[in-house]
Order: sequence, then structure tokens, then C-alpha cells
Amino acid sequence: MNAQIALLLGQDGFINGAIYALLALSILLVFSVTRILLIPLGEFVSYAALTMASMQAGKPVMLGAMLVALCLIGLLMDARDALRAGRRLRFRASKLLMPAYVAAVTGLSVTLPLEHIGMAFQGALTVALVVPLGPLLYRVLFLPIASANGLVLLIVAIAAHVALTSAGLLIFGPEGSRTEPFSDATFTIGDAIINSQTLWVIALSFILIALLYAFFEKNLYGKALRATAVDRLGAQLVGISPALAGKASFALAAFISGLSGVLIAPITTIYFDSGFVISLKGFVGAIIGGLASYPVAAAGAVALGLVEAFSTFYASSYKEVIVFTLLLPVLLWRSVAQKGVKDEQ
Amino acid sequence: MSAKRLMVSMIFGALYLSPAYAQVKVGVVTSSSGPVALVGIPQKNTVPFLPAKAGDQTIEYIALDDGSDPSAAVSAFRKLINEEKVDAIIGPSGTASAVAALGFAAEAGVPMLAPVGSTAVILPMDDKKKWVFKTTQNDEIVSTALAKQMVKDGVKTVAFVSPTDPYGDNWLKVFSADAQKAGIKLVDTERFQRQDTSFTAQGLKIISAKPDAVMIAAPGSSAVMPQTTLYDLGYRGKYYQSHGAALSGYLQLGGKKVEGTTVAGSIMLVLDQAQDSNPSKQVAAAYMDAYQKKYGVKPATFGANVYDAGLLLEQAIPVALKAGAPGTPAFRSALRDALEQVKELPGAQGIYNLSPTDHSGFDERGIELVTVKNGQWAPLK
Repeated sequence: MNAQIALLLGQDGFINGAIYALLALSILLVFSVTRILLIPLGEFVSYAALTMASMQAGKPVMLGAMLVALCLIGLLMDARDALRAGRRLRFRASKLLMPAYVAAVTGLSVTLPLEHIGMAFQGALTVALVVPLGPLLYRVLFLPIASANGLVLLIVAIAAHVALTSAGLLIFGPEGSRTEPFSDATFTIGDAIINSQTLWVIALSFILIALLYAFFEKNLYGKALRATAVDRLGAQLVGISPALAGKASFALAAFISGLSGVLIAPITTIYFDSGFVISLKGFVGAIIGGLASYPVAAAGAVALGLVEAFSTFYASSYKEVIVFTLLLPVLLWRSVAQKGVKDEQ
Repeated sequence: MSAKRLMVSMIFGALYLSPAYAQVKVGVVTSSSGPVALVGIPQKNTVPFLPAKAGDQTIEYIALDDGSDPSAAVSAFRKLINEEKVDAIIGPSGTASAVAALGFAAEAGVPMLAPVGSTAVILPMDDKKKWVFKTTQNDEIVSTALAKQMVKDGVKTVAFVSPTDPYGDNWLKVFSADAQKAGIKLVDTERFQRQDTSFTAQGLKIISAKPDAVMIAAPGSSAVMPQTTLYDLGYRGKYYQSHGAALSGYLQLGGKKVEGTTVAGSIMLVLDQAQDSNPSKQVAAAYMDAYQKKYGVKPATFGANVYDAGLLLEQAIPVALKAGAPGTPAFRSALRDALEQVKELPGAQGIYNLSPTDHSGFDERGIELVTVKNGQWAPLK
């Protein structure tokens, strides 16, 4: 191995690591606010990548249909809950926000000449289409069982992952897709050729992490989410709606993973079932952070990407074995270091 | 119940039983969902084009999906064998499913026509595998043809790339042997997974080994990423791809970066340029026209694996009928024997010459070496 190869491998590992880090952060966020391990996160990534690809290929974008269906189910569930509670059906403006938004993005995705609207707009619309999947999924699947045992939540999350993967096959077909790179430019620094896509991924990841930091430190809603993460009951007592917190965390997670999907789509071929493996690496990052610490999770995810790149170079057949075996010492260390973890029952 | 009603129901019962006697029942198990869907969907779509009659005998097809899951394939087989009493089964789509299910077909004495790539389902031949027929070209034939072409192209050293799955394992084994025989040195072997997000690390390793050519054996569009990554990293040697890449998705995803690649494919890819003397040309053209008319797209070669299975049955059923009526063990066993006797049958992918020792029966006439020219398949000159 020479310096040039090491640099290229480092670059490769860093790109993947940055994506894993973004996913690790989403997983942490959702877990700390709702206690749900968001297994379907990977599907948001693959949905975003494949939606972007079908826009560029000039195929009809079908994700809107799914949004509309989920939105209708959500409205029906709202109505049923209201009737059960003996309340009269009332229209509140806030209730119409989601249907209006879904109708708007779906309308845009159906009517616009998506092939010709430019990559920035395609990317933005893709993310806008993926974001409502988060809160809608939370409304339909998780809100009715929000106070259930953690194991139940995990099982429902796995079921959601399986259902979304199958829906992905139906919507996008079995073929893999790839989008065009944001720009073809390459830069040369010393011996190394740096792809502009690398810079895009790394820059956007950093911007996103900075934005998240600002959101949680400065914004009232961000603080409310943090409060829910620290103590669910306490947050509820001071007037933070757990349902809203859940929906907001799911929306943020869908936003981050949708953006990751758009970022990763030009780098690799994405299939309807690619998301799971990508989010699994995010999980490993999140677990390195003990499902609690954001900076450790992000650093762990980047390290994971680097280890993956270098171990693939040395022994490509044992890549996954090496990557996931690394988790064992971390788990061991975690369980020794953290004494008396509260058992969640 | 009155006596009259009883009479009526008995008559209807008898009527219901009698047509089942005349019908040949064939089960079709495909993976039209799950990870193998890329292969399974064109196969499922092919069912309407399977022959409706063999001689005077009508054939009924019962199609099931196994969701790319071997245990679901086994239960589909059991259902077809125990409840539907089928005479033969076409499927399943995946090698793992086929290996899991073949024991059940053999136990029940039902001939199984497997449209899978791996020779593991028919070799080494034993009491179980003698019930299995494979309607795809053996990897060995494709690999040998490509190795021969490499020698012709003056390739001395080669790097081999395949996914870490049964398809990739078998190819590695077969191609290593062929390369050695052809005097080509295998300088590097790299593996990957279909869902990998990057091939850069393996690509760098290949480039530092400096091979004359790279041989990629991967099914479907997963064959694209290794090649485009190598291209992006600056590798400009010769590229060879197995029949797994022989799909339109490969051209679409690869674009300019796969230009000039040598691909071993079936005649279906270069139908327009194929010689009229090739007996497969007509069969393939008929199948492709029918498929395109119904679905608006050209079928992937995987679909032809199922189509050919139908042709084999069409040939064998009239022979087997002499031994017994459909639905009886005698008929099924005779059907198996008749399939083994099929000679010089043109299918959509080549010519079948089956024998008790060869249950795939293709020779190199089924292989067309093609290249990518201006984003289209073109015959190799």
C-alpha cells in the first residue's frame, strides 16, 4: 500500500462514514425521544435514492401515492380515536397541515416535468417527499402503542421495515438505480484525486450536524425534544406533547435519511432493499455511542466507515465479518463500563 | 337432504372429478418478491406464454411466489405436490431455494425444472438430483467460452471479481480452473456484496495488481458497480462479464463506462444480428415478441429459462402419456425419463441435448459473445 491508495481508501471510508454518522444521529434521536429503534430508517434512504433516480430517468414518481394512502389512514385513525373518546369531530386548522402538505408535494411530483427541473430542485423535492413518511409512519404504526413495552416497539419497527421493503419493490421494481453525480469535477491535492462528490457529502453532513446542534440548543422545539429525551414523563408534565415530539423526531430522522439517500445515490447502485445494510452500519455507530451520546456515535460511525474501507482492501470476502466483529469489544467495554443500567420494564 | 338433491350433488361430484383426469398440472414457483425478484419477476411474467397444450393434452399451470425464501419455496412445493397433485414443477428462481426444495420433489417423484444458475442442483448426479433438470447454461460453458476469448485477445493476467453468494462462489471455482487451463494467470480475486455502497477498496487492490483484464461475474445490475468504479479509478484494461450481466439494466446503469466490455450472453441479446441458421433464433423471437406485446418491455434472459422449461415439457409429455395417465406416479416417472431423452430441441437460449448424466444439456452453441457498442449489444467481431 502506498500513500495514494491510503488516501483514496480514506476518502472512500470517510464518505461512507459521514453517511453512517448521519444515520446514527437519526437513530439516536428517535430512540431517545420515543424508545423506538427505527429499523425502517434504511428504507427512507433507499426510497429517496430511488425516487431521485426515477425522476432523472423520466419515470413517474410513485412515492406520492404511498404518502396519500398513509395520510388517509392517519386521518381515519384520528377520526376513530375522536369518536371513541366521545368527542365531536371538529376541524382544527393544525389537523389540515399534513394533508395539505402531502397533497402539495404529491401534486408537484405528478405534474412537474421532473426530468428537466435541474438537480437541486429534484433533490429538494425528493427530500420533501420522503420527510412526511416519518411522521405518517409514526402516526399510523407507533402512536397507538407509544407507551408499550420496548420489545413491542422493536417488533413493530421490524414489521414496518419488512413492509416498507416490499412496498419499495412494488414502487421501484427490482432493478437497482443510480443517479448522476452533482458535478463531475475532480480536484488534485498532491498525489490524491479528490472527487467533488466526496466534498459534497462531507460538507453537507457537517452543515447538517451543525444545524442539528443549533436546533437542539437554541430552538424551543429542539429543546422540547431534548427534554422529552431526558425525561418523558417530566416533559409531558410541563406541557410537551409526546405525540408531537414523536412525530417531530420521526420527521427529522426522515429528513436526515432522505438527504443521505440523495447524497449516496450518485456514489453507488441502490436497490429497493439496500437501505437495511446502510442503516445497520448506522446502528453500529449508534451502539458505539451507547445509544446516548451524539458525538461518540458520530465518531464511531466515521471510524466504522474507515475500518470498512481498509478491511475491504485487505480481505474483501471477510469485510462484513471484520466490521461487525468490531462491535463485540465495544459492547463488552460498554457493558463493563456502564454499571447498573436501568432495565426498561 | 332429499334423494333428488343427493343425486344432483353426486352427478356434479362425478363431473368435477372427470376433467381432473385429463389435465396435466404443472406448478410454477418463482421469487417475484424479495431479493431474487430481479430474476423472479420476468419468470412469473412468462407463465402466460407457456404451452397450453402438448399434443392433444391440455396443461394447467399453477403459479406461486416463494418470496426469495427457501423455506417458503419448500412449502410451495409441498402444497403443489400434496394438494394440487402436480405432474411437474418449474422453479424456484433462486439456487438456495432450489437446493432446499429438490429433496421434496425427488421424494414425491415429481420432475423439477429449475431455472437457476448454479450446477449444484444437478451435479454430482445422484438419486435425488436425477429428478432435477436445469434450464440455464452451466457456468462452466460460459466461463470456458470467456477464457477462450481472453486468450484470443492476448490477455495474460486477469483479476476476478464476484459477489459473496453461491453464484459468485461457483464462478470463482469454475473460472480459476478455466484460467489455469488457458494459461492465464489469476493475479487477484476480489469479492463484494450486492448492497455494498462502495467498490473503491477492491478496485484499488485490483489496480495495484496490474492485470491485463478484469473478469466480473455477478448477477443482474450488481455487475455494474465494480466496473464503473474501476473505470472511475482509471483502470482501462479489458473487461469481461458473465451471462449474469446480460440485461438491459446493465447498459442503462453502466452507460459510457461499460463500452467495449465482452459479455457472454444468450442469443436473445443480439437477436437481430444472429444467423438465421441458428434454430434458437425463431424460438427466441417468438417468445420476445409475445412478451413485449403483453408487457411493453423486452424480457430478461431469466424469463427464457422458464419459457424453455415449458418447451421441454411440451416435448416430453406426449411420450410420457404412453406410460400412464396424468396424476399417476407412472406418468411422472415416465415424464422424467422422457425429459432425459430430449435431443436437439431448440429453446430460446440454445439447443437442448439432455442425457441421464447431463440434465442441463447446453453446449457452446447457446452462447453468443457480445460486446457493448454505442450503448447497445453488438456481436463480437
